[in-house]
Amino acid sequence: MNYAYYPGCSGLGSSEEYERSTRAVCDALGVTLAPVPDWSCCGSTPAHAVNTELSAALCARNLSIAGRMDCEGGLLTPCPSCLSNLKLATHRMEDAAFRQRVDELLDAPSGVFPRTRSVLQMLLEDFGMESIARRMNRPLLGVRLVPYYGCLMSRPAEVMQFGHPENPTAMETLLRACGTEDVADFPAKIECCGASHGIPSQRMTSRLSGGILSLAADYGADAIVVACPLCQMNLDLRQKQAARAVGLERRIPVLYVTQLMGLAFGLDMPRLGLEKLCVSARPLLDKMQKARAEAAQKTRETAGKAEVRP
Amino acid sequence: MESIPLHNACDPAFARQVEQESGQSLAACYQCGNCTAGCPAGFVYDMQANQIIRGVQLGLKERVLSSQSLWYCLSCSTCSQRCPNNIAVAEVMESLRHMARREGHISAAPINAFWLSFLATVRRFGRSYELGVMALYKLRSGRLFGDLDIAYPALSRGKLGFLPHVVEGHGEVGRIFERYKARCDKEGVKP
Ligand code: SF4
Ligand code: SF4
Repeated sequence: MNYAYYPGCSGLGSSEEYERSTRAVCDALGVTLAPVPDWSCCGSTPAHAVNTELSAALCARNLSIAGRMDCEGGLLTPCPSCLSNLKLATHRMEDAAFRQRVDELLDAPSGVFPRTRSVLQMLLEDFGMESIARRMNRPLLGVRLVPYYGCLMSRPAEVMQFGHPENPTAMETLLRACGTEDVADFPAKIECCGASHGIPSQRMTSRLSGGILSLAADYGADAIVVACPLCQMNLDLRQKQAARAVGLERRIPVLYVTQLMGLAFGLDMPRLGLEKLCVSARPLLDKMQKARAEAAQKTRETAGKAEVRP
Repeated sequence: MESIPLHNACDPAFARQVEQESGQSLAACYQCGNCTAGCPAGFVYDMQANQIIRGVQLGLKERVLSSQSLWYCLSCSTCSQRCPNNIAVAEVMESLRHMARREGHISAAPINAFWLSFLATVRRFGRSYELGVMALYKLRSGRLFGDLDIAYPALSRGKLGFLPHVVEGHGEVGRIFERYKARCDKEGVKP
């Protein structure tokens, strides 16, 4: 199936590893992502915080271009903030008066919008656990993973339509398909990390992210797994600030779910961008490697025993 | 405790306007406090989410529109999700933030400076550009030395591009902003 693809601005900078690993995983599954030609910024939080029509107009330009691409799989984006804006704009523009006011801001009236989903949703709905499990060849063994969704992916529920608004489980499903045996049932999975207030209001963001990090530490996380560039930045790049705010000593790597899927698929390391993480994933990788070696040894032993059996 | 003279602070038209803009019926609120209980930003608020709703019901326009909470709200929609009366409190917060801006109440200047810096890069290049946002924000807010501790890890990992990605249709994006500004001027509100 063909998909129109909206990478989002952060994919060009702060979340380049998310962009890279998303493409690598899609490649491995035979998914063609066609970037929306000359896509522009959706306006993110600042646009909708300032004005709803301005925000919708910035989205509508992209949605109209994507609509003309005629991809049967609709439009995909890896970024929950883009997703939320694109979906909210689509939703609001069903109202004719609102649409008219937005169209007045555009060079040409907006066209037909495609169905917009997250890459995560596509992986679950169009592939599902079994085909992902089939592609997996290096199970993510021996580590405890803590999935964290943040606030944008599942709310507002009637617009996002992504599992249970207070208990989404998409990442758990994907991780299990990748051979994880130990996914924590994380009670703070939908708490807010402080979102885009990290720059103007660091105190607030540090305390919120710090709370999430220390709870993840209590849950024995070897890694936190995310699917949002803002969450990743607040928990990883700002981990020192956040940890200081709550007196946390431990450091916890924060990986994108696509990076872990790439590892489970045995993809080349440079395609996963693990070197971009501020908190090193090395201890996590070593632990998984060791667990895999032990598992292989056990298999050999059982196989050996089977051989000597009469 | 501060007392509010209701007879002259009330503006009943305000409640109706907020209901209309947010599409929510606020009369349904019975002040259970669920919205506030789950609000992650409450610890920095000067009025809690339920107090804001109450303020709107009472028509305390000045008081509500000058609240800093409108700016600190993270738009996380936890409040909307948990309201037993299906009031989308986050939508109310957003509508109030828009009204406050239109009427020139900017109660949290740094947050506003960040948003405007972000939008300035989008207007100019068609896409946001992180290093540009940071530089503009520092100029606008005067907070020159904030976040220096994350600058090195971010730069050394190539997480802050030095150059903006300019969209071919940046003119088209710029015109969206111009038309928006022109419309605000025409309607006599602050952009
Ligand atoms: S949760 Fe709903 S009913 Fe309860 S105080 Fe908040 S807005 Fe009012
Ligand atoms: S949307 Fe705003 S008011 Fe509602 S819970 Fe989140 S931060 Fe609090």
